[in-house]
Amino acid sequence: MALLSIRDLRVEYRTSRGTVAAIPDFSLDIGAGESFGLVGESGCGKSTLIMAIMGYMGRNGGMPRGQILFEGKDLARATPEELRAIRGGRIAIVYQEPATALNPSLTIGQQLMEVPIAHTGASQREARAAAARVLQDVHLPDPDSVMRRYPHQLSGGQKQRVVIAMALLANPALLLLDEPTTGLDVTVEATVLDLLNELRQKYGTALFYISHNLGVIAQVCDRIGVMYAGRLVEDAPAAELFAHPRHPYTRGLLASLPRPGADKHSHPLVSIPGVVPSAGRAPESCGFLTRCGFATPGVCDAAPVAMIDSGAGHLVRCARWQDLPAEQVAAAATRGAAVRESDVVMDAHDISRVFPVGRRKLLANDRLNMAAQRGHVLAVVGESGSGKSTFAKVLAGLDTATGGKLRVMGADLASVPVRRRTPQQVAAIQMVFQNPDGTLNPSHPVGWPLARALRKFGIASGKADIEKRVTALLDMVRLPPSLRHALPRQLSGGQKQRIAIARAFAGNPELLVADEPVSALDVSVQAAVINLLLRIQEEQGTTLVFISHDLGLVRYLADEVVVMYLGQVMEAGPTAAIFEPPYHPYTEALLSAVPVPDPSIRTKRIRLQGEIPSPLNVPAGCRFATRCPRKLGTICDTTPPPRRDNRDGHVIHCHIPLEQLAEVEPVFRHAS
Amino acid sequence: MIRYMLRRGAEMLITLLVASFLVFLVTEFSPGNVARKTLGAFALQSQVDLLYEKLHLNDPLLVRYVRWAGVLTGLQADPLQDPALKLDFKDPRGDQYFGNFGYSTLYKAPVNDVLWDRLGNTALLAGLAFAVIVPLSLLLGVLAGMRAGTTLDRVVSTISIIMTSIPEFALGVILVAVFVVWLKLLPGTSPLKNNSGWPIWTQLILPVSVLALYDAGYVARIVRASMAEVMAKPYVRTAVLKGLPWRTVILRHALRNALIAPFTVILLQINWLIGGVVVTELVFAYPGFGRMLLDASLFGDVSLIEAATLIALFVATATQLLSDIGYRLLDPQARR
Repeated sequence: MALLSIRDLRVEYRTSRGTVAAIPDFSLDIGAGESFGLVGESGCGKSTLIMAIMGYMGRNGGMPRGQILFEGKDLARATPEELRAIRGGRIAIVYQEPATALNPSLTIGQQLMEVPIAHTGASQREARAAAARVLQDVHLPDPDSVMRRYPHQLSGGQKQRVVIAMALLANPALLLLDEPTTGLDVTVEATVLDLLNELRQKYGTALFYISHNLGVIAQVCDRIGVMYAGRLVEDAPAAELFAHPRHPYTRGLLASLPRPGADKHSHPLVSIPGVVPSAGRAPESCGFLTRCGFATPGVCDAAPVAMIDSGAGHLVRCARWQDLPAEQVAAAATRGAAVRESDVVMDAHDISRVFPVGRRKLLANDRLNMAAQRGHVLAVVGESGSGKSTFAKVLAGLDTATGGKLRVMGADLASVPVRRRTPQQVAAIQMVFQNPDGTLNPSHPVGWPLARALRKFGIASGKADIEKRVTALLDMVRLPPSLRHALPRQLSGGQKQRIAIARAFAGNPELLVADEPVSALDVSVQAAVINLLLRIQEEQGTTLVFISHDLGLVRYLADEVVVMYLGQVMEAGPTAAIFEPPYHPYTEALLSAVPVPDPSIRTKRIRLQGEIPSPLNVPAGCRFATRCPRKLGTICDTTPPPRRDNRDGHVIHCHIPLEQLAEVEPVFRHAS
Repeated sequence: MIRYMLRRGAEMLITLLVASFLVFLVTEFSPGNVARKTLGAFALQSQVDLLYEKLHLNDPLLVRYVRWAGVLTGLQADPLQDPALKLDFKDPRGDQYFGNFGYSTLYKAPVNDVLWDRLGNTALLAGLAFAVIVPLSLLLGVLAGMRAGTTLDRVVSTISIIMTSIPEFALGVILVAVFVVWLKLLPGTSPLKNNSGWPIWTQLILPVSVLALYDAGYVARIVRASMAEVMAKPYVRTAVLKGLPWRTVILRHALRNALIAPFTVILLQINWLIGGVVVTELVFAYPGFGRMLLDASLFGDVSLIEAATLIALFVATATQLLSDIGYRLLDPQARR
């Protein structure tokens, strides 16, 4: 019998506009010790489902139909007393944002000890011992000191380990994971995923993992379900799902992800048109009908489509699954090969940004060297704390360097803040930020920043001219002209980011600095925005400095890559060279941490220990020496590494000779 | 923490010093010169000139401030008490002692004889009101914010906003009409004298009620808003989904965080209760500090104004210090 059995569940919310079914009809079984992953874009009802299982729906939520059978008890009809015994005891949650999931004014120890005290009636001493034990299990060093600390004294990765420890304290039968690694660095994410796999073996806990990230799900789950508009549309063993995705939605999700080995010249990303319908607005027959490229009138919009067993435990909710082509046809429009010009648009030479902190110095950027060719995409990657965003700010003039030269358009802009740059210089270097919500003024219609940029940069003057140009800009980012009068809150995240891109391109920039421009967007939207950005960038011959922690995406779109660690460049070179040996040991570790959305690809396992050191107290020799898995000895601690030149401008800063660096196996291999 | 408190204490002293100079500046520069104000409207110009000379009112401002501060701290004798002036300003404590605030021309007595009685009366009124306001508003605010949107929440919020919107004097008049004129249960004035036929404690009920009703609504609304905000925080959800009893969720996880923001506001009420309740004191003829300050200002009683303002400033900076220290105790993130 299944551990958790959801049957015909309907979840409704009462709103001012009547009752809305967030989940119209949902059924799912999860066996004891099984690891089930549920994917889907935001708004598909994943989190609602998790909270319904926990009986935590707010005062306006309800489950008028269906059952949630857990260990033989129906949670949908449980009394508050029964629910409390199950919550945290038999079913526990690991939350998306560990920073907000922990109480800021209680110590870690206090928050952990509550669990055994509430569930097993443990004494203070027993609870303390249990908490220390489980902190050890999640590999937090020195549990006693961790227990005395407050959440703000821990790093993001450590907090997530504490939240996992808290969930495991009462030894639950089922662990619900709500995007537990979103917002963590890729290296930290990899260690958290390892930890989950390890704990699952050790505690025998069943996992119910929800995420929008197929790569992460592929690392942890045996079986994967795809959720769309409150319904399960596909359910299959993990390897089977990635090998033979059957539902058009699943195929769409996979096609919007860059596959390892693919780049923008060979395999353009394919986005899913449209957006997820709001709760209760999806068609009754097939929720995906309105966005599906294979929808056929009379077949797809007739009766509600049932889950169909396509064999090998592979269930799919599509009336036409047998008619679909075996492999998604890649869109014909492949891009031309990279422009081969050697015209340097941006040349950063020994750029430093040092913040004085008391008597000490915080080295955010320390003698950075990099150059961007005209019309190329230069990606800057590294963990948070590596100084990539500081460099982006110096480029855009939002911050000034304390040393070095930054040549753009024949001028040295290293220490010229944006208010002292000429309008031409400001127009030439524009920026797109991570969070489009924060960059658009909520009280102005979205046409306003576009018109303003056109006027400020002297591109257009006069009402008619500006109107025409604004329309052209909106058209460039594939938005209808009528949208110019809409307020930012009426736009989706993807649309807002398109406006931000249109604004940046208003002044015909030479150089566009994009700081994690898609990391806040859903995968299908991400693909659309990336395609758009690349198309405009190519058409206009703009140089793009793309700051990202998503190495899959970087491999797909970058021409050159710079790998940064703790304010310095570790490795730089053409994209292909970065993703093949010889690797810098840090690059190798970063690559190995990337969750690949394809179980047929084997990733070499290298995990970095500890945290990135404080930029206030940098190692004297190689910056990476304290965490390097291939450290040679004291030379790494005491002497800055030499620059080693490989072919085609590929540069590695390491004490290990290139030949030895080249001897390692590639990180990604096809399992054959 | 100890170092922090010492540093804040030193900062408070500096604030007081600067503030005392400003107080001195403002009172000395109010219309009419100090000598005229001291002697009253009917004094001869020659007497005023004599006093002007004696007080060295021609000296630069800073010199006069230092002299004034000297009298206050007992380093110098009060020139006004000089018998040669024939002002008949007599202070049984002598003319040179620490805390010498001078002589009140309005009450014809040393400031120290007037000030502390009035401050005591107001402290009694404020203390009683505070003792009602804090528990009442915390209870109502927490109950309402705990389950935002329920009937209880709506009732508490509505009553709070009504009580806060009624001005103090109107509230006073309404209460007098009901309890004094109609029910004849309580006295209409509160002179704090035993010979009025009403025991002292009955005289305190109405003024305290007016202050408590008026202010508790305001504080309760702030507590409610903070509590409602905290209840929507993910860590409260964590606490619920850990399977903790509701009581523990509220008392251990929500309450402390919900009190961080209103804490400062609650302490600010002390300032208001000491110096800002003139209206209530007037309505009930209560011999309080605020009314004294008002009378002194209208009369031009320079020494009394300066003394009272300094006291009010001291209360304000002391509550500020207290609230900063309490804030750090409540919020570990502020403790770095």
